[in-house]
Amino acid sequence: MNKMNLEEYKGVFIFAQQVDNKLSGIALELLGKAKELAAALSTDVTAVLLGHQIKELTEELARYGADKVIVVDDPELKEYRTEPYTHALASVIQEYKPEILLVGATAIGRDLGPRVSARVATGLTADCTKLEIGDFPLTPSAARETKHNQLLMTRPAFGGNTIATIACPDNRPQMATVRPGVMQKIAPIDDAKAEIIEYNPGLKVDHNYVEILEIVKAASQTADIQDAKILVSGGRGVGNPENFAILDAFAKAIGGTVSCSRAVVDSGWKPKELQVGQTGKTVRPNVYFAIGISGAIQHVAGMEESEIIIAINKDETAPIFDVADYGIVGDALKILPELTEAVNRAKANQ
Amino acid sequence: MKIVVCIKQVPDTKGGVKFNPDGTLDRGAMLAIMNPDDKAGLEAALRMKDEYGAEVTVLTMGLPKAEDVLREALAMGADKGILVTDRVLGGADTWATSTTLAGALRKLDYDLIITGRQAIDGDTAQVGPQISEHLNIPVISYAEDIKIEGDSVIVKRQYDDRYHILKAKMPCLVTALSELNTPRYMTPGGIFDACKAEITTWGRKDLVDVDDSNLGLSGSPTKIAKASDKVRKGAGVQVSPETTKEAVDYIIDKLTEKHVI
Repeated sequence: MNKMNLEEYKGVFIFAQQVDNKLSGIALELLGKAKELAAALSTDVTAVLLGHQIKELTEELARYGADKVIVVDDPELKEYRTEPYTHALASVIQEYKPEILLVGATAIGRDLGPRVSARVATGLTADCTKLEIGDFPLTPSAARETKHNQLLMTRPAFGGNTIATIACPDNRPQMATVRPGVMQKIAPIDDAKAEIIEYNPGLKVDHNYVEILEIVKAASQTADIQDAKILVSGGRGVGNPENFAILDAFAKAIGGTVSCSRAVVDSGWKPKELQVGQTGKTVRPNVYFAIGISGAIQHVAGMEESEIIIAINKDETAPIFDVADYGIVGDALKILPELTEAVNRAKANQ
Repeated sequence: MKIVVCIKQVPDTKGGVKFNPDGTLDRGAMLAIMNPDDKAGLEAALRMKDEYGAEVTVLTMGLPKAEDVLREALAMGADKGILVTDRVLGGADTWATSTTLAGALRKLDYDLIITGRQAIDGDTAQVGPQISEHLNIPVISYAEDIKIEGDSVIVKRQYDDRYHILKAKMPCLVTALSELNTPRYMTPGGIFDACKAEITTWGRKDLVDVDDSNLGLSGSPTKIAKASDKVRKGAGVQVSPETTKEAVDYIIDKLTEKHVI
């Protein structure tokens, strides 16, 4: 790698993802974390907003913690495409030289992040679950000079079986992607104002631009499972799609939302947006009911941060019982209908 | 048409995860397999070969034993296997890995490069898009469907709440989701031939237009500060109620205790 002058790089930047001119939740979550990191480094927080006719979104970014917003407004950025977004974000990095850049680990960010990191020649740590400022190496070592104020990025690997803390000591910006649902946004500050900087990176269509022939939006009729306080999650053990009515009824009684495991999505019983796990969504509700879910490590990686986990499974050796606070060996299809009635009775008596 | 598929040998974390008695991961006991997203990418390439008569080359970087996944790919129908292996390439992060693979790809003719979206050991989804950047060609990630039309690929690209149908001029790179297809099995004849097939082995000196400072552990901008097998929250209470009523009472008890109801 070429030697960079690290001293030139200042400030914590986030990529403020928007789709259809609406900010994605991850943009606000990243601002929450960026504020903490910026405080530890005595610097400020800049949101980078790319799109077309998006200036009104700057106010929301200010309310959620952005001190500055760099806006690139160009018709080529109306819909996400790898090349114009890469060009715009990489140009912002080269012009404004952030020391840290956070990007959402979304289907957009996981495409944009790697291409940008390769263009500006720095490291990128994917799907981080924890970010903090500290020394690298963590403890002083004779082999390596200790560097202070480094971004320490912690992430799971091996399907959630191992965890690693990673630093990027010799390159800037230090780039990380963060999965939605992991960081907390701040309570909005109503009268907060951000400095708005308009930047023109000079987008030119070239051979790297792809053509969008068609956009098909999945009509979403369901609540976002990442916002649910209680999740009633079904797995292969539910048996068939019709049996999900039992989970729907229980969810309704307890005030929760139905989600599911990958096996259920793969079988075509439920849409992918309800899937919890490594290739689905990360959730951390107050209560997670695992109904007929065996608890493959990829599933557990997406729900183990739930406050209370209650598992019902016929198989007493199912790995879900290793993470459940309360594990009930039994037939969920028999237990749930009676439990639904009992919950309704209990609520009626309150 | 020439297609190069980048594949990786990974430990099987799905279903085959083994733990030591102290709760840490027992890597030695796990099978080495072809990464599932890569295998879907290979299958997509083989279907194009069936339909349009493409030449399919599989490329991997790894230890000498990674040759096994190349032979598996040949037994499925790939035409040629290339293993990039060299001590100086070890310990690479995604930057150094993508630099290495791009260096190997520069030595090959290709219209289309396919990689898996991500490997099940690292889960980063970075190497495909980074290779495309090093080679200065378009990338389409998260492909659910790939078609060829003249000198372009038409790809169904998955997002969180929608998909785009995208068209890119070749040469380009596509990263494949395992949802793309169901990979075929190796054929007995294919296995027989693959055992005898010659695998091309390349080292550092074969890589085109790469600088040593971007390779291996020392050329990796990200450094591991600490790695450990994840300490999971221990199991709670497990009960086996005799009757449904007993189970219901137990759950109601806990929900009340925790102020859920």
